[in-house]
Amino acid sequence: MSEKPGIDIRPGPEGAMELALTGAWIIGAVLPDLDALLADPKIAGAHRLRLADGGIADWDSILLTYLRRLEGRVAERGATTDRSGLPEGVVRLLALAEAVPRREDTGAPGARPGIVTRAGEAVLRLGAEAAGMVAFLGLAAMAFGKFVLGRARFRGSDLALMLEDCGPKALPIVTLISVLVGLILAFVGAVQLQLFGAEIFIANLVAIGMAREMGALMAAIIMAGRTGAAFAAELGTMQVNEEIDAFVTLGISPMEFLVLPRMIALALMMPLLCLYADLMGILGGAVVGIFMLDISPIQYFNQTKQFLGMGDFAVGVFKAAVFGVLIAISGCMRGMQCGRSSQAVGMAATSAVVLAIVLIICADGVFAVLFHIMGI
Amino acid sequence: MSAAEHIEPGEAHIVVSGLDMAYGSFVVQRDLNFTVRRGDVFIIMGDSGCGKSTLLRHLVGLKAPARGSVTINGESLWELDEDAREAAMRRFGLLYQSGALWSSLTLEENIALPLGEYTDLSKAEIAELASLKLSLVGLAGFEDFYPSEISGGMAKRAGLARAIALDPEILFFDEPSAGLDPISSARLDELILELRDSLGATVVVVTHELASIFAIGTNSVFLDAEQRTMVAQGPPKDLLETCTVPKVRTFLRRGAE
Repeated sequence: MSEKPGIDIRPGPEGAMELALTGAWIIGAVLPDLDALLADPKIAGAHRLRLADGGIADWDSILLTYLRRLEGRVAERGATTDRSGLPEGVVRLLALAEAVPRREDTGAPGARPGIVTRAGEAVLRLGAEAAGMVAFLGLAAMAFGKFVLGRARFRGSDLALMLEDCGPKALPIVTLISVLVGLILAFVGAVQLQLFGAEIFIANLVAIGMAREMGALMAAIIMAGRTGAAFAAELGTMQVNEEIDAFVTLGISPMEFLVLPRMIALALMMPLLCLYADLMGILGGAVVGIFMLDISPIQYFNQTKQFLGMGDFAVGVFKAAVFGVLIAISGCMRGMQCGRSSQAVGMAATSAVVLAIVLIICADGVFAVLFHIMGI
Repeated sequence: MSAAEHIEPGEAHIVVSGLDMAYGSFVVQRDLNFTVRRGDVFIIMGDSGCGKSTLLRHLVGLKAPARGSVTINGESLWELDEDAREAAMRRFGLLYQSGALWSSLTLEENIALPLGEYTDLSKAEIAELASLKLSLVGLAGFEDFYPSEISGGMAKRAGLARAIALDPEILFFDEPSAGLDPISSARLDELILELRDSLGATVVVVTHELASIFAIGTNSVFLDAEQRTMVAQGPPKDLLETCTVPKVRTFLRRGAE
């Protein structure tokens, strides 16, 4: 490390005071305090200050920022500075930085607004959000209408690919989660039911719990994280690469070509996944019943069969189809609304999952009340 | 081709009148007026950030005017019903800055997709046509490659092959030479002229590549980022000789006065 940066104040030519810079002005060095320097009585009344090289050993950008700050402060006092004594490179770089005047009309975000403003803006955004959602739903409904009339344009091979991705490929994870949920339900119930010696009713608890609620809910949450996020990321990336624009300019509707096959695939596959999840969950419950509570497999099977009606399955399957549509809508909507940057793609995927899960739980709540009132 | 035959060259093809372009309340450009004639190679130039690409999005109907109108063959895209609008947009070929090839499809499928959508040709005929379009841009033999497997310059040419898949009436190019070396860029210019002559198409190019501007441009507008409007129009070579706007002169002389 060479010598410390410093500034000597001395009388210069033509009655100006001269600030002679010495030492190594490099990033990491301790720079002279600007306030102390400007408070120096020798330059307090000076109208012209000459900046000069009094033996600068080394310099980098930190010297430029220091000089800009110094010149700004001097100008505030109504005095002028003269750079002619500085090294040529410094003078040229400073001139380059000033060549294009600072633009004030760039529309850049100014100071962070207060909390009231931000709260207000958030509420306004909520309105815009709702409008965007309604618009998307309308477009999706129109695309679906065209599909029903057989006029929608998309490739069968795309739909097949989506069906495979939403169906068979999701089975391993659905298996794992559903078996575990069945196990957990059985465990939680077992402890309570043992108090009454009513262990056999564990079969009822698991069967009803899985068929009416947990099968559809767990399958939906898995698919929201797995497929909803993938939809948003795929469509978002296509938005970034202008691939969606390319569809629009060729007169191919991205709603029909990209969104429709995804919605159909999820709406068709979710009920099947739900049935599969129901069975896996019941299997998980049976494991607990048989190995922990010493219920015989036949007894468990009979108890389940006797108690569980088709109506219970139907409730779950119906809900699963609705959840499938909700997941597809949130995934595709966030993807289509995605901005044109890689950060926006990440945000689209995240928000697709969050939105899907919120919608699923809300819908489930509405269904619970409705089915209760209808006595199903 | 067929669409172009019954209309004389030199007739007004795209008319922009009193166009204001805005993102929300931020006005990018105001009061644009110009006419693109059939057979023109029309250059949209200007400094970075002046709204050249935004203007292109207005011309092809991806963005609605804030005020004023854009008419193509006398029709405004925003006044047509959906089917007519799609039919009108199908007569455009658009080459995006990055190529914008559909990444899940091979090059052949990229070109075959619009053909399959809008013609009743058999699969074999479509494959043949797709391979012809790829040969036209010098990519014969790359039919089965995916966009991620080819270079940026090739992706751009493949994008051009897709843009001419439906024998368009108007070809739009967004910064065709961006990211290309001078030789590829010159070859792309030749290709643009060749395609215009053989397809009988009108060409609109957004660029700030001076070599291209003078090599292919028959007419042009200059958008200014600071005044937020157009400051000059005319054939680029004439502008170089006669334009009195200092900014346009320095632009066309590459900063030299």
